[in-house]
Amino acid sequence: MFLHGYFPAILEGLRSTLLISAASLSIACLFGLIGAGAKLSGSRMAALAADVYTTLIRGLPELVLLLLIFYGGQIMVNALADKAGLGYFDINPFLAGTLTLGFIFGAYLTETFRGAILAIPRGQMEAGKAYGMSRGQVLRRIILPQMVRHAIPGFTNNWLVMIKATALLSIIGLDDMVHRANLASAATRAPFTFYATIAGLYLAVTTISILLLGWLERRFSLGVRKVEF
Amino acid sequence: MIDWALIAESWPLYLNGLKVSLILMAISVSASFLLSVPLAIARVSPNPWLSKPVFLYTYVIRGTPLLVQLYMIYFGLAQFEWLRESIAWPLFRNAWFCAWLAFALNSTAYTTEILAGALRQTPSGELEAARSLGMSTATIYGRILLPSAIRRALPQYGNELVMVMHATSIASAVTIVELTRTARDVYYNHLAPFEAFGLVAVFYFVITFALVGLVKLLEGRFLRHLRPMSVPSKAA
Repeated sequence: MFLHGYFPAILEGLRSTLLISAASLSIACLFGLIGAGAKLSGSRMAALAADVYTTLIRGLPELVLLLLIFYGGQIMVNALADKAGLGYFDINPFLAGTLTLGFIFGAYLTETFRGAILAIPRGQMEAGKAYGMSRGQVLRRIILPQMVRHAIPGFTNNWLVMIKATALLSIIGLDDMVHRANLASAATRAPFTFYATIAGLYLAVTTISILLLGWLERRFSLGVRKVEF
Repeated sequence: MIDWALIAESWPLYLNGLKVSLILMAISVSASFLLSVPLAIARVSPNPWLSKPVFLYTYVIRGTPLLVQLYMIYFGLAQFEWLRESIAWPLFRNAWFCAWLAFALNSTAYTTEILAGALRQTPSGELEAARSLGMSTATIYGRILLPSAIRRALPQYGNELVMVMHATSIASAVTIVELTRTARDVYYNHLAPFEAFGLVAVFYFVITFALVGLVKLLEGRFLRHLRPMSVPSKAA
């Protein structure tokens, strides 16, 4: 039988890996936008806080951050719940895992987004203001649409690194593709078959991501002339 | 509150973990550097029989998680009876050897791409000049292309060194007691996540910044000729 009958279970693991990646990415984008906004806000306090955030996160291995936030968060939440007179909370690993990954990659996206915003000529924002647009309108009509184009290459990179980082969540007990492969290997004594299978699936996901985001980059760059030497 | 007594008590364990992490990093980085120089040369070769297989290698490695690669080598290879009965089996049964192999192969893929990128940036005039002086291909690589490409690759290679340092934490998944495993053991024994993982975070943070500082020093030494001039000299 194909993969000893474990193929559907592995595919379900793939589904959960993709779900985790997508959820973490949305959280990371949120943190990234807030971080980039803080760094460019002109407020010294906000910029300092964002600097501490990105420096700390980028100076530590993802696995250590995962363990620290996952186990530390568990204890903190329960200490808070205890003070509030609530019972014991068992933190949902999916929620904790995606929040943690989102928080980590938010730091990397902060730099990507900051660079992308800086790449937009200042005069355009001034022109927007001169037309009487509010800050929100300048952000929505001028900055965001152009920022996407500048951010896509860095964004692609971070997304690829993040999909691969979700594999680490299996270490803190999340039921992802790696976890499924662990179970199947233990049951069938064919570990190589299963790890090679999931490696192939990761490769397929990264390949499709590269193709899609490349297409998106071309789409957002319509009307931008390339320099020809 | 922070339990300082626990930190003081487990401090020697952490120092030992630090030693193991640094050794793991050193052996992985040296192997990957030695491997990636010839692979980068093959990667930029106009001969597709040389460049395509290297591209395939770097693409597959860079497209899959390191944890899965490590599992494939450490847990996976035991599936094959011919390997279990070969003389190489004691090696593949050893967690250290498997971790070293996985990290070295992984880092080789990234380093190869970094070096190949730097080789491609060589000003074509330099190559033409070397050829017109009658240098052989080997001499051109040894004297012209590699020295300047490795210098150009230095900033990115520094990032890769930090990545490998951080990647060694994954060895904790295959019984190697390096820094992260030490922290996990301390956590399981005392259920003190902030002390256990906070302390190990400090260690990683210090190593990361020491590495960044080291690369900055090397850049100052080897990329001195590329530094912008501070004062534009007045033309005589």
